[in-house]
Amino acid sequence: MSASPDTLLTVPLNDLHLTLGARMVPFAGYSMPVQYPAGLMAEHKHTRSAAGLFDVSHMGQLRLVGPDAAAALETLLPVDVIDLPVGKQRYGLLLNDDGGILDDLMFVNRGADIFIIVNGACKVADMAHIQAHIGSRCEVIPMPERALLALQGPQAVSVLSRLAPGVEKLVFMTGGAFTVQTGDHAVEVYLTRSGYTGEDGFEISVHADDVTALAKALLAQPEVQPIGLGARNSLRLEAGLPLYGNDIDTRTTPVEAGLTWALQKVRRAGGARAGGFPGATKILAQIEGKTWATGQKRVGLMALERVPVREHTELQDASGHRLGEVSSGLLGPTIDRPIAMAYVPPEFATLGTRINAMVRGKAVPMEVVAMPFVPTNYFRG
Amino acid sequence: MTIKYTPDHEWISTEGDIATVGITHHAQDALGDVVFVDLPEVGKTYAAKETAAVVESVKAAADVYMPLDGEVLEVNEALRDDPALANSDPLGAGWFFKVKMSNPAELDAMMDETSYTQFAAEAH
Repeated sequence: MSASPDTLLTVPLNDLHLTLGARMVPFAGYSMPVQYPAGLMAEHKHTRSAAGLFDVSHMGQLRLVGPDAAAALETLLPVDVIDLPVGKQRYGLLLNDDGGILDDLMFVNRGADIFIIVNGACKVADMAHIQAHIGSRCEVIPMPERALLALQGPQAVSVLSRLAPGVEKLVFMTGGAFTVQTGDHAVEVYLTRSGYTGEDGFEISVHADDVTALAKALLAQPEVQPIGLGARNSLRLEAGLPLYGNDIDTRTTPVEAGLTWALQKVRRAGGARAGGFPGATKILAQIEGKTWATGQKRVGLMALERVPVREHTELQDASGHRLGEVSSGLLGPTIDRPIAMAYVPPEFATLGTRINAMVRGKAVPMEVVAMPFVPTNYFRG
Repeated sequence: MTIKYTPDHEWISTEGDIATVGITHHAQDALGDVVFVDLPEVGKTYAAKETAAVVESVKAAADVYMPLDGEVLEVNEALRDDPALANSDPLGAGWFFKVKMSNPAELDAMMDETSYTQFAAEAH
């Protein structure tokens, strides 16, 4: 999604980004910081070694309220919502009737509601979709008054527990309400121990009125630097995490996208609540290995030469036949090698398979490798 | 020795009929950390505006155009080994290639430093 500069929305931290010297670019309809003066490479490495603060307030936040909310949400997602314990977070996928992915999202059972975070570029469509399909079964409440920060990196927990004692007790994919001491006042937040970098860290939902005080308090900690969306992209790619719009979209099913792990057994064939989500017939058949409807699978690729391979680069087999194209690719700053995600026919998806990426007319040899490209560092307790 | 600039944010430093070409400070700043360069073949003849080299950062790739007709005499092997030179010293150690100019008069139409500085400021 793009918008002309005069229609760009601004995030509540816009003034702070400008003060910090950010380079602002249009992203998902918002003016967002792509990098700060330190630059993408330094920001990426800082997040892997210390703690980085990301403003992701362009993302959509909403909550579902009502006794039927979990069962209603299960009609839109192929995942187990009903049995998710209070305080636990889960990854989910909004699907269309063909099993294509409308968006990927994170949701938490907060007891009183189900709190959902969706992609910024998809949020208007997602909220309309959710409202239209399950709005009669539960209250669908958008939360435009909330900003969203992510604090990511191996030192994120020591930083945040200094200002919000107790957060260190959370494990990966759990959340809770906390009070953060920002100096002048205490800020109420809802946070989860999760993120989009492959590192330990937190995503922090906070009222827009409080986000500047919170961001300044975090940036005042010696371990913390501001990190732009450029490094967010290179960090998530090294972590093997798909980006909606690049690596997954309505033309890909969860199975083709390598996200079958996100479908709990209870929703699969033979499970107590098997199917019952959009595209279930196709997706369950793909899981059983009966069909590869579109004949594609998402893989990780690493180049054997030090030539970056970017999105839309064509992939060929040794005989020059087109196999597909790269959906995301760059030189991974941590791994210092060109890495990519791509869709290829299943017979080329086996680890170790050699594939040629056609870069400026020349074949760059790549190998199918396991993801994540860089080991993840989640805190599982 | 004179330095000229193109609208594609390349600089050309000349001595006699030999031109040294690189990317400007503005160009390296817009690209960010350079991680890869693809340099032209020594001995190959190019027409002005042909793609002669590629420069890539983590987030973007950009073509470097041959600013004028000529034959490539030398490329900066040090830049191939350490692409970050394009960021740290774009007008010096981060040069890209040297060309023997076929028609040095092509330089006359190019921007001088004052014009380029104004051009780059407006390009922002």
